[in-house]
Amino acid sequence: MEENQKFSTALSHFILIIGIIIITFPIYYALVTSSQSLQTVLSGKTTLLPGGNFLENYKEIFSTNKNIIQGISIWRLLLNSLIVTICITFGKTIISIMSAYAIVYFKFPFQKTAFALIFLTLMLPIEVRIVPTFQMASSLNFLDSYQGLSVPLIASATATFLFRQFFMSIPDELCEAARIDGAGPLRFFFDTILPLSKTSIAALFVILFIYGWNQYLWPLLITTKQSMGTIIIALTQMIANDGTTPWHLVMGVALIAMLPPILVVVLMQKWFVKGLIDSEK
Amino acid sequence: MEKRAIFNSKLFPYFFLAPQLLISFAFFFWPALIAIWQSFQEEDAFGLNTEFVWFDNYIEIFKDSNYITAIIVTIIFSISVTAICLIFSLFLAGLANKIKAGKIFYQTLIICPYAVAPAIAGVLWFFLFSPSIGYLANILIKNDIHWNPSLNGNHALILIILSASWKQISYNFLFYLASLQSIPKSLLEAASIDGASPLRRFFDIIIPMISPTTFFLFIMNMIYTFFDTFGIIYTTTHGGPGYSTTNLVYKVYVDGIVNLNLGSSSAQSVILMIFVSFITILHFRFVEKKVHY
Repeated sequence: MEENQKFSTALSHFILIIGIIIITFPIYYALVTSSQSLQTVLSGKTTLLPGGNFLENYKEIFSTNKNIIQGISIWRLLLNSLIVTICITFGKTIISIMSAYAIVYFKFPFQKTAFALIFLTLMLPIEVRIVPTFQMASSLNFLDSYQGLSVPLIASATATFLFRQFFMSIPDELCEAARIDGAGPLRFFFDTILPLSKTSIAALFVILFIYGWNQYLWPLLITTKQSMGTIIIALTQMIANDGTTPWHLVMGVALIAMLPPILVVVLMQKWFVKGLIDSEK
Repeated sequence: MEKRAIFNSKLFPYFFLAPQLLISFAFFFWPALIAIWQSFQEEDAFGLNTEFVWFDNYIEIFKDSNYITAIIVTIIFSISVTAICLIFSLFLAGLANKIKAGKIFYQTLIICPYAVAPAIAGVLWFFLFSPSIGYLANILIKNDIHWNPSLNGNHALILIILSASWKQISYNFLFYLASLQSIPKSLLEAASIDGASPLRRFFDIIIPMISPTTFFLFIMNMIYTFFDTFGIIYTTTHGGPGYSTTNLVYKVYVDGIVNLNLGSSSAQSVILMIFVSFITILHFRFVEKKVHY
């Protein structure tokens, strides 16, 4: 029986390792490709071991005078992505926590309507209203701007629901006590609600950071100037249809572009898993 | 459920709701209304005159063979991705749930694809499967398979299915792992003492216990393949060859932004809105039943 148990555990590990090799292979292969010369890549004889051009390739990608795409340095693109991601992440968190607070802790006319309207946004993902949303943004002069890249994406029902659900779980006594102490709604919000929401905010941060950083369709529509592009938009513009794609550099940029969200997920894994599973309840 | 202790303030709640509602009106409801309005209109070739045409755009959509193709592609695409993700991640989660050491190590590596942008996932898989330079394409070609996703529609479809599944396995894995961990150990032990084989225990206890998670993941995977795979399709196949990998969302983009056919694109948007509404209601009905506050 004991032997059997040991064997079954070892087998589980073995199969999991194979699963992980399959799952991480595309990322690993990008790393291998980014360490080779373009000639080796194009010859199709790439092995599964890294080549010797690693430093050279990344130097070329990061050098400020050499440009990734038509006159834009990778630093500018990374900065754009970071600004947009921060705006989306913080914007979404702030407006959602505010609206959830209003809905849970107040009684007012049209409360149900407000909640229904927020719920309704769930049914209108950007993909189903591409053209009119674009027209709206362009009439507000939002094209090629950070506002345009972030503001239309910061209304979110999911985040509001997460906070609403969390607020519901806060004991009523806390609010009663605050009221007896003479605290107004604003003080209660800043002194009690906000500190209690720390974990929810951390969990949401991971999910929203990935959401913001990985946007593609919207930045593709709203930016025409290359200097306003995100790193992911620029990456896909490096791929040429005529066979002149510098694959060794493309793979390097791809790795750089996926690193920030991967780091956030891995380093904040505990909150991420909790947030993901809680936000879907 | 409502809070017992609530604040009395006339203006405060409106002030706190305002930012979210303003943005929702400007970028969600107004564009949605415009889409509905435009779906009943037709522009002439020069964009000078618009005419109210009732349901003509809708009728034309369903007469368009490319739209029917897009529906079929969407169905094959989403069912395949859903099936691959559910099976593969349940398998991995089952194994990860069994072991004691190293669980976090495996989990960390399995969740990485979740953080990779769809567009980047598309680039990685496009490269792996590029004839003559991609590693996996070369293996196929060496084995006498004439792999060429830019000419062969089926190959292109396989390519987007693989890329999309790869990204979504992490999500499925985390939910299955959480669900498996919540099954009481005593239940499985009791069955084991009664002489149920591992296979029997899997089908008679584990599968029914995780069925709410499976249903939830089924819906989430459908929503994902419908709406979050634009970046993958754009970077791997551009919807081609022909219309063989154009799903419904990609077609809204092509007709609206590339072909500038606003009437048709809007009508397609409206159809998708109805579909999402249906899925959302289904999802929340189910959630209400499952979670007891």
